[in-house]
Amino acid sequence: MKEERKIILNPVFMKGIPAMTIVSANKLEKNYEVGKISVKALQGLDFTIDEGKIVSFIGPSGSGKTTLLNLIGCLDKPTSGTLTVAGADVTGLNRKESASFRGSTIGFIFQDFNLVPILTVYENVEYPLLMVRNVPSAERKRLVNELLEAVGMTDQSSKFPDQISGGQKQRAAIARALVTKPKLVLADEPTANLDHDTAYKVLGIMKKIRDEFKTTFIFSTHDPKIVGEAEQVYSLEDGKLMGMREGVKTDA
Amino acid sequence: MLNIIKISLRNLMRYKRRTFLVTALIAFGVMAVQVFISASGSYKSLIVGQITDAMLGHIQIHKKGYMVSIENVPLNLNMKQHGADLISKALSTIPGVEAFSTRIRLGGMISNYTETTNLRLYGISPEQEYKTVPLLPKRILSGSADLKPGQILVPSLLAKGLGLKPGDPVVIIATNKDGSVNGKNFMVSGILDAAPGPGGRDGYISISDAVELLRMEEPEISEIAIRIKDFDKLNEVYGQINESLAKETTPQGKLKFEVHTWESLSPFANIVKMVNLMSLFIKIILIAIVLISVMDVMMMSVYERIREIGTLAAIGTPPAKLLWMFITEGVFLSLFGAAAGNILSYIVIYAIRFSKYTFAFGMREGFILDPHMTVANVMSVSLLVVAIAVIGSLQPAFKASRVEPIKALKSV
Repeated sequence: MKEERKIILNPVFMKGIPAMTIVSANKLEKNYEVGKISVKALQGLDFTIDEGKIVSFIGPSGSGKTTLLNLIGCLDKPTSGTLTVAGADVTGLNRKESASFRGSTIGFIFQDFNLVPILTVYENVEYPLLMVRNVPSAERKRLVNELLEAVGMTDQSSKFPDQISGGQKQRAAIARALVTKPKLVLADEPTANLDHDTAYKVLGIMKKIRDEFKTTFIFSTHDPKIVGEAEQVYSLEDGKLMGMREGVKTDA
Repeated sequence: MLNIIKISLRNLMRYKRRTFLVTALIAFGVMAVQVFISASGSYKSLIVGQITDAMLGHIQIHKKGYMVSIENVPLNLNMKQHGADLISKALSTIPGVEAFSTRIRLGGMISNYTETTNLRLYGISPEQEYKTVPLLPKRILSGSADLKPGQILVPSLLAKGLGLKPGDPVVIIATNKDGSVNGKNFMVSGILDAAPGPGGRDGYISISDAVELLRMEEPEISEIAIRIKDFDKLNEVYGQINESLAKETTPQGKLKFEVHTWESLSPFANIVKMVNLMSLFIKIILIAIVLISVMDVMMMSVYERIREIGTLAAIGTPPAKLLWMFITEGVFLSLFGAAAGNILSYIVIYAIRFSKYTFAFGMREGFILDPHMTVANVMSVSLLVVAIAVIGSLQPAFKASRVEPIKALKSV
């Protein structure tokens, strides 16, 4: 008989409890087959990330940042090694379990915002609560309005994505990523399409939310602004972890 | 589900031109089917009505073996009065039977004292016969439908050939089943228009005259024609009649009587079959239109929205919901098409009725095509379209639900 797989989650965000590990990787490897050639995208990564941190993965193009984020976000599976996210071993999840896990635990912020064009800003933010979490109407309304207010998009809530600016789109995308109160938010180059001022505003919002909800943010980025805001910075090169340093706040 | 419907409708509105084109294509297919079904239905009911109500009846009962030899008008295969009484008694207990008429069929010769030619005759009781085949009196081109003893209704072609008109005297000569010949004087009571089908050019005399002409001691019935109350229940009543006559068997255990619906008595049933076959083919064309257009537009939609689908999948949308989003789109596309098609069909069918389009059937002209849309047809065609749209959407929807977010998000 097939054994039912259980996802065990840690209660990581309870106030007063010491920081716990939200992501843990051990000998993590990812290979891609390109024709007959095997490309080693990630090679034996070992690291842990504590809850409530803003963490940045940096490195040149092709260093494996996006691949790593895809693995942590359960969008892809490692070739070998173990990966634990929010207390769950995510390496063996099937398609349905992965979707369910992402919906319950992880928020995504995309470089190109990826808002659904047929939905208004409000509906985009509401979408995960409605279609993924099945949250009741009143609670949904409260959460959406709370997040829209947090990102300063309340007055733009009835507009469609093509009616707002890039910075506003990214703020809406942040609200969508955070509305379910995920334990972990993954952001791939979140400020790449934003101007200097907007990028700082967006980062400010993320920090504010981190402080308020104890959310862990993991970025992959080239952007020194983000690197400057990160509390832990991991360097990747050719799929290998070259080192980690505690982030130093730079003045904007 | 309401949210899936909302998203699906917005996606359809997002590609207005494409949605309009596919809707128009489906609407055209639905209209073609509805107009064809309505027009062919009207044509069928007109010709079937002409065949059954003008001469044949809906069902006929003969003595076993009569039908095989019907072209010879075999007098030795007529049923005795006792058999006819048994059948009459059985028919009177079947509520679906509206009327029935006993007939004696015979072949003979007609003479106007100058020329002589062959003809076939029905010996009938006019009152019973007119209830069973109500269009028969309307076939009288001149003269009277009253068919008193000593009178004859002469078919028009024969009357024209012999120069007969109402009131003219004629002589009918017939051979009885023993082989002896008898003749009897008649007066032409009326001239009868030809009816399509076998027996449509036969004359009529009263049943008592037929008995006398054939020197029968008692009426020996060739056939009993039956009219049923609801034509749509033809097979049901046919079954009931068969059931009630099943106990009438010969000492050898064989059935005494044979029962036939109009379909096995008239070659025009094949025309009806052909029309039904054409309806089936046009439905198959509709299925192809809906299937290809919905599948094509949905596949295009999945291809174009692959990044969006990837995003929805990445943020945790269950695969089943993605599947339903696309199936719902296909369903709404088909519903719009079916609704528009039915409205268009109503307009076209009304225009056909308004134009009073006429056609000829057999020897008669001026039949007015009177097509009608029925609720049953609207429902069945609409359901067919929706069902096919669901099938057409399945593959693209399945593809959407199986999208790998990581690959989809990399798509441009």
